[in-house]
Amino acid sequence: MSVPDDQGREPNAQDARRANISALYQELILDHYRRPRNRGKLEHPDVSLRKKNPLCGDVIDLQLQFDGDTLREVRFTGEGCAISQASASMLTQRLKGKTRAEAAEILDRFTRMVHGEEGAADESLGDLRALSGVARLPVRHPCALLAWDTLAEALASRP
Amino acid sequence: MRALPRSEFPLLAASPRLVYLDSAATTQKPRVVLDAIRAFYENDNANPHRGAYELSVRATQRYHDARARVAAFLGVRDSDCVIFTRGTTESLNLVASSWGRANVGAGDEIVVTAAEHHANFVPWQQLALEKKARLRICELEPDGSIDLDRLRALLGSRTRVVAFPYVSNVLGTIAPVREIVDLAHGVGAIAVCDGAQAAPHLSVCVDDLGVDFFAASGHKMLGPMGIGVLVGRRDLLDAMPPYMTGGDMIEFVEDDRSTWNRLPHKFEAGTPNAAGAVGLAAAADLLQRIGMDAVRAHERGLVGSAYRRLAAIEGVRIYGPAPEHRSGVLSFNVGDVHPHDLATILDSYHVCIRAGHHCAQPLMRRLGVSATARASFYVYNDDADVDALVNGVMAAREMFSRVGA
Repeated sequence: MSVPDDQGREPNAQDARRANISALYQELILDHYRRPRNRGKLEHPDVSLRKKNPLCGDVIDLQLQFDGDTLREVRFTGEGCAISQASASMLTQRLKGKTRAEAAEILDRFTRMVHGEEGAADESLGDLRALSGVARLPVRHPCALLAWDTLAEALASRP
Repeated sequence: MRALPRSEFPLLAASPRLVYLDSAATTQKPRVVLDAIRAFYENDNANPHRGAYELSVRATQRYHDARARVAAFLGVRDSDCVIFTRGTTESLNLVASSWGRANVGAGDEIVVTAAEHHANFVPWQQLALEKKARLRICELEPDGSIDLDRLRALLGSRTRVVAFPYVSNVLGTIAPVREIVDLAHGVGAIAVCDGAQAAPHLSVCVDDLGVDFFAASGHKMLGPMGIGVLVGRRDLLDAMPPYMTGGDMIEFVEDDRSTWNRLPHKFEAGTPNAAGAVGLAAAADLLQRIGMDAVRAHERGLVGSAYRRLAAIEGVRIYGPAPEHRSGVLSFNVGDVHPHDLATILDSYHVCIRAGHHCAQPLMRRLGVSATARASFYVYNDDADVDALVNGVMAAREMFSRVGA
């Protein structure tokens, strides 16, 4: 029988939590935070949308340029924590060249992964799976999802 | 003094490894406060001021007795001028709404500082918009302090209100209250003091400060949530219209008009939070037994040591004045580690700090940051908590140094 630790969790829960945090702030995430991909503004975006998280001040400006049904360019600028900014950077990398249907599918999978849904994180998410640890940090879900919520709104605004 | 034993705080006793450094947001609750609340409900519970029966009389006495003890703690001789509210936010809204609507008109000026918590900023901003008055903001010195000459230059014959924080909830800066009050009174304005971060940490005598209104929250000073005070000058309170109307605050209700109960009841519509008041009084008693000078000295020791040790870490930037000029609050940033990431990492080391804008967005804009990390100390913290904070910050820095900036 195991004895709960001082916060009512199993003995190794705190170690597991620390390991989860350490895994979350891995090189890949920090690299996207420090060297964001596709950061900048498009001259002629088809959609340009800004979303903020009023609770923590994270901001994402997302710009999309379509080529028919395909996302030809995806750019962002923003400010905020490593999770929100890395998530945005990885979003642009993952979605560039995808069709609207493919983008919607990835958006759906990513959102479900962040909410901790079993089996949501599959190959189609690629590097984005590095953010799966956020699932266990409910307070950080809005950070991971900010760019994606912006994307959802941007896609909806241009049917 | 030494830190109060964790065994006196059931939550801390149940979590020996928890390092709680967010007392500026809310404090942990000592057993004596929890016991007092429980005792009220178990022995004295009835609706105060209502029943003719003995139990209700006892509840009324407990509630009145709580008011007297809180008044004594805050240095207020006339305890009728201590209004129980839900907390500082409600207290300040009461002043802006009741006194403000009756006394501020078009073209008048309301002066606040850039250090304001939203609770002492937004009510005045909204009043100014409603009345077509002008909101003027006193900028701060580089160390976050209020410069009296700069403030004086903003005041004039149209100034009706000077609102300021006794202690900044972000920087810990302590304001020169008496001087500010003199400046306000010199131009015929009232002085409204947000005391939320002062009452728990400094020896406060509201009567001596000369402020016209003083607001504080119980939960930031070992008391329960949902109870706080507004202290006001009797002549102002008497002349003000009620804030809320309903039960308890009336004298006679005719079909077409009503008259108001005397102070403090005029501003306490509805069934009061008597158990909360009893809990707050128990907290005030405990702080009085410890002695507020001892509380202050204890915090100064901790904040001084945390300041020196954090400042020595490469990349750490601390906002606000030198440790001897601040209360037990420390806002800082660590290189490009965002405060929210820092708080998440520290949490995995059992260290609770606040990250964000601290309900002070105007101040954040002036600091040129969207957020800071904030550690705040209180009577139950000790050197081991400072160690944990410093170790956690170093671990976060290490984690982020895996990738070159």
